[in-house]
Amino acid sequence: MNRGHRHGAGSGCLGTMEVKSKFGAEFRRFSLERSKPGRFEEFYGLLQHVHKIPNVDVLVGYADVHGDLLPINNDDNYHKAVSTANPLLRIFIQKKEEADYSAFGTDTLIKKKNVLTNVLRPDNHRKKPHIVISMPQDFRPVSSIIDVDILPETHRRVRLYKYGTEKPLGFYIRDGSSVRVTPHGLEKVPGIFISRLVPGGLAQSTGLLAVNDEVLEVNGIEVSGKSLDQVTDMMIANSRNLIITVRPANQRNNVVRNSRASGSSGQSTDNSLLGCPQPMEPSFEPEDEDSDEDDVVIEDNGVPQQIPKAVPEAESLESLTQIELSFESGQNGLIPSRGLSLAPTAGGTDSEFETRAPDQKLLEEDGTIITL
Amino acid sequence: MMKFRFRRQGADPQREKLKQELFAFNKTVEHGFPNQPSALAFDPELRIMAIGTRSGAVKIYGAPGVEFTGLHRDAATVTQMHFLPGQGRLLTLLDDSSLHLWEIVHHNGCAHLEEALSFQLPSRPGFDGASTPSSLTRVTVVLLLAAGDIAALGTEGGSIYFLDVTTLALLERQTLSPDEILRSVPDDYRCGKALGPVESLQGHLRDPTKILIGYSRGLLVIWNQAAQCVDHVFLGNQQLESLCWGRNSGTIISSHSDGSYAIWPMNTGSSPTLQPSVATVPYGPFPCKAINKILWRNCESGGHFIIFSGGMPRASYGDRHCVSVLRAETLVTLDFTSRIIDFFTVHSTRPEDEFDDPQALAVLLEEELVVLDLQTPGWPSVPAPYLAPLHSSAITCSAHVANVPAKLWARIVSAGEQQSPQPISSASNWPITGGRNLAQEPSQRGLLLTGHEDGTVRFWDASGVALRPLYKLSTAGLFQTDCEHADSLAQAAEDDWPPFRKVGCFDPYSDDPRLGVQKVALCKYTAQMVVAGTAGQVLVLELNDVPTEQAVSVASVDLLQDREGFTWKGHERLSPRAGPLPWPAGFQPRVLVQCLPPAAVTAVTLHAEWSLVAFGTSHGFGLFDYQRKSPVLARCTLHPNDSLAMEGPLSRVKSLKKSLRQSFRRIRKSRVSGKKRIANANSKLQEANAQLAEQACPHDIEMTPVQRRIEPRSADDSLSGVVRCLYFADTFLRDAHHGPTMWAGTNSGSVFAYALEVPAAVAGGEKRPERAVEAVLGKEVQLMHRAPVVAIAVLDGRGRPLPEPYEASRDLAQAPDMQGGHAVLIASEEQFKVFTLPKVSAKTKFKLTAHEGCRVRKVALATFASVACEDYAETCLACLTNLGDVHVFSVPGLRPQVHYSCIRKEDISGIASCVFTRHGQGFYLISPSEFERFSLSARNITEPLCSLDISWPRDATRARVQESPKLSQANGNPSIILAPQNCDRSPDLTHKGADTPEPPEATLSPMSIDSATSADTTLDTTGDVTVEDVKDFLGSSEESERNLRNLTEDEAHTCTILIK
Repeated sequence: MNRGHRHGAGSGCLGTMEVKSKFGAEFRRFSLERSKPGRFEEFYGLLQHVHKIPNVDVLVGYADVHGDLLPINNDDNYHKAVSTANPLLRIFIQKKEEADYSAFGTDTLIKKKNVLTNVLRPDNHRKKPHIVISMPQDFRPVSSIIDVDILPETHRRVRLYKYGTEKPLGFYIRDGSSVRVTPHGLEKVPGIFISRLVPGGLAQSTGLLAVNDEVLEVNGIEVSGKSLDQVTDMMIANSRNLIITVRPANQRNNVVRNSRASGSSGQSTDNSLLGCPQPMEPSFEPEDEDSDEDDVVIEDNGVPQQIPKAVPEAESLESLTQIELSFESGQNGLIPSRGLSLAPTAGGTDSEFETRAPDQKLLEEDGTIITL
Repeated sequence: MMKFRFRRQGADPQREKLKQELFAFNKTVEHGFPNQPSALAFDPELRIMAIGTRSGAVKIYGAPGVEFTGLHRDAATVTQMHFLPGQGRLLTLLDDSSLHLWEIVHHNGCAHLEEALSFQLPSRPGFDGASTPSSLTRVTVVLLLAAGDIAALGTEGGSIYFLDVTTLALLERQTLSPDEILRSVPDDYRCGKALGPVESLQGHLRDPTKILIGYSRGLLVIWNQAAQCVDHVFLGNQQLESLCWGRNSGTIISSHSDGSYAIWPMNTGSSPTLQPSVATVPYGPFPCKAINKILWRNCESGGHFIIFSGGMPRASYGDRHCVSVLRAETLVTLDFTSRIIDFFTVHSTRPEDEFDDPQALAVLLEEELVVLDLQTPGWPSVPAPYLAPLHSSAITCSAHVANVPAKLWARIVSAGEQQSPQPISSASNWPITGGRNLAQEPSQRGLLLTGHEDGTVRFWDASGVALRPLYKLSTAGLFQTDCEHADSLAQAAEDDWPPFRKVGCFDPYSDDPRLGVQKVALCKYTAQMVVAGTAGQVLVLELNDVPTEQAVSVASVDLLQDREGFTWKGHERLSPRAGPLPWPAGFQPRVLVQCLPPAAVTAVTLHAEWSLVAFGTSHGFGLFDYQRKSPVLARCTLHPNDSLAMEGPLSRVKSLKKSLRQSFRRIRKSRVSGKKRIANANSKLQEANAQLAEQACPHDIEMTPVQRRIEPRSADDSLSGVVRCLYFADTFLRDAHHGPTMWAGTNSGSVFAYALEVPAAVAGGEKRPERAVEAVLGKEVQLMHRAPVVAIAVLDGRGRPLPEPYEASRDLAQAPDMQGGHAVLIASEEQFKVFTLPKVSAKTKFKLTAHEGCRVRKVALATFASVACEDYAETCLACLTNLGDVHVFSVPGLRPQVHYSCIRKEDISGIASCVFTRHGQGFYLISPSEFERFSLSARNITEPLCSLDISWPRDATRARVQESPKLSQANGNPSIILAPQNCDRSPDLTHKGADTPEPPEATLSPMSIDSATSADTTLDTTGDVTVEDVKDFLGSSEESERNLRNLTEDEAHTCTILIK
């Protein structure tokens, strides 16, 4: 097959399509049958073969008619690429480890470096790399509303996933006072409020938290009676997987539970949807539960070495993430008391604990509160 | 929610019972010197001494171990204290004009101090607030009469009230007003002037009916209480400070505000004495400060002591704190380093004795207590067995060593004895010996080490209630400091007169801040210790019983490890003295390691068995082999982005610059505003703009409320490289074989574990062969939450902490389980975690901050013994948080056991100073000079247990207390009648003054009768206060107006009213 392609290269006839593939500084040219492009896996194998990189994980991209660099990672976009190639299909291959994800997207090939963007928003530019477009397993949740079924409608429980992102949480809290209904009538009680959102921060970008929202709980622990400093410490201690229950200052956007015809109780909804395929879930579950447990342990063989985390380059961060993940998966079974200190926001019972993640998933799919 | 349910499962009754047998929280005793003392009293019969403080605390001390502590309900300054001799009762006067009676009572054979009665002195009513001058009745002096049954209260108004001490009730109709005295005074002395406040009241030892009264203006009066008449008058004209009555009635000595004292002869003639027989200004002729207190004591061997405080020449020595002791021709000016509060002599007080024969002089100073032996020639000072000024130089760190072997203990004690300049015999001369210490001899010796700012380390006997100084180690002698010449010059320049003698050890001034001790560690089996300081100096010392002269080898370790781009802007390192130096017996330095850059040492640990010392600073850590005197390892922990760490302690310069700039601005602004009047409109506008611009920034900051940023810790936070803890352990790090390891934890949650190759000691030999020690990095753990690592400890196979070096090999501890299954406990500021070894994987954890919102400040592994079962004990993790709470967790399960609130969370220095002992006790500083001792263990409690032989009918007061409500309502509590008419506050104050609140109706009837009589009564039976009250009611009285003038200064007291 390979030979056949090479043979047809340069013929320029209507049935074949010229492919120019670039990997590093090397080019390879070959042609493909336009009518029978085959599957993406075959194409991927072909590219590995022609570049003589059989065991290297790579990202494949192509330049579309507008000059945008778009990824090829499944049959659909592979076929799209083949069908739009006219006449030349320009392929760009990057090693997965050193992939520059920011290269993908609109206008990326035309304006290779948007200087302004780089200067003005360096973080924004840097954090992009972790999202590989069109690869579902590389998506990660940023925030979610959870436990809608067990909370009063006036409250909102928001989960912020700080894990792995360079984006700051980006909010501030302050002391304040709120009015409560008590047995002695209305009483003014001290409370903790969100005082400021940092533009571009995680909190602001989710849209789930707003200035003057009252913080009621942090990871399942009520903040009433605690000082601002204590609440700050609690939030920072939980910052990798922060679950804040707030009473939003703006009560107009509350989730109205009755709107969901079936399963107003979380339990039944969970059960009904348990069978649904949840391809993302397994890879996220450990981090969701215990993301701050991923202490990095580096076995050393005598050569003094810097802690990888301390090196700010994207490359090492990426590799670190891998270390953490593998470590985590190795350790999960060894933590005997996970339920004890984990998942404080889950519903009332053990079984709910097990099913909570799907529940979340459900809510996201439901469309009420999805943020990615 | 779920975790709460999980936690509740642990609450099974058996465990709860066990917890009660293991844990109990008690604050047991305060060690050290009371902070801000304000009053002193001595009971010559019981030989106990009381010290009152500005915060209202009362402490009574007797023989070592005999201590009583009490605290007034109101945190007011204790201004005076008087023992009721032999009764174990103490009358205190606070600056809010309340009197309190304290009693030492016995419960279950042990004595305790309790407040029995209190009495709010009647003072000015506050009914027409602004116009009325406040109190007429501020008490200036108190004198106990007639064996302590009656107290005479001298007031600022010049009146003297009499009080029944046992009930704290005023004795009506005995009040002695100045008018009555004035009648016995010649007209030309009177000349329309008031006598002023009562400055002194003195009783006569042999004739209890006579009272010597001294008024501020200078008039001295001998008042016969029995006959209610004036016996004699001395017409002094110099403003009076204090008085003392000679034992055999022959003389009166008075001291005055101009620095003079006068001796008045006692002749029994009825005519007033006009002149003293002697009047002298001891430190004249130039103007002198007042002599605040003077004592006259005669001796059997002839002559007499005159002891007085103050009186120094104003210009040349006005700032000195001096007590002068004069006997015949001998004058010694005791020169103290802090303010004199009060002093007393210990002398015979039996009336039948002919002479006072003072044995000792005790001087209470602001910062220490000094006792001089007046019977030994030269009047040497007596070392105090307690009340040691812990803060003679500021405490910078502390450490506790438990179970000190008897051998080391004896060696330290003997080193301390050689060091102390006093002969040992004078230790037995401690004059305050009252009471019996009932506490058992401590089962084990505990040593408290305190490091100080001046480079000294003090060793204290912390085994019992009295914290006794044992030995002082000074490291300053090793280094060259610039201050030495200045010192010797200053001494040479001093004149012979006055004959100053430096006394006391309180010396808050440090020669060089770099000498300050930051960390201390002691190996109790080898008597080796390491002292690390502010300029990166790490000193390894060894106890030697004989003085030697030897050179100290010096090494330096570069902790930056060629890290580029950093410049140290802090202090220079200390330069050690070259050549052999003489060292007294005691701990003598062997090796000095200097860290580069010379930042303060933040962690240190010693392993005497391996001859290794590890030390860390804000830049990294190092490992040094002090046997071969060679560095083993240096590791930089700095984060590349952390610039702050490099600048050193002088980064304050910036803020100084800033504040300078601001103050310049302020000056400029004030100048501008000064010119304002002549400025035209245009410049006014400019000015306004300029001010706006200046204020804009701070204004914004003020407007925004206090807010806190919520962000996870990042790797490049400042000071992330600070090494917080270091630890040696023989454990499994690399594989299935255990061996020496070293652990280091940093501020950013990194833990480095090194496997060490320490050449094994030859069997039987103490020293290991001369081969190099090697360190190989075995593990790096980065805690994901990045909180500072506070402590690291390795647990053996049974979950117990590994013993200290030599502890097991000398059969002093159970050998650890070295079969494997070791685990490492890593305590960070946010959570505790146990990891398995050698494969580091998380086993158990407790996330304290996530649960409680508090951060870990101090942790220690401690053994808690059960009170119920003799040999049952558990090892637990004790932890102090930033909120001042103490938590105890099981190990290795890390389950919360108990928690107590221990320190106020605002008391940051208290929290920072806390140190735990190995047996569940702890110490923290409650003031710069006092350690509070607390106990978490139900069994191991060190508290004062003592008894006192008290000779008074103990039930008497109780019985009288029962009766007292009537009396107190009639006297102490009359304001209640006025409550409806005047201010709202009086009901509250009423309750404060009274022991038992009673219904207002009860008070109304007797009071109104009394007040009616007082309105038209004669001056003979009522005091000026009453007169003043009447004046306020009726608005006319010449007498009261005159009294009023004397008292206009006092505005503090506006509460209750006296009506008789």
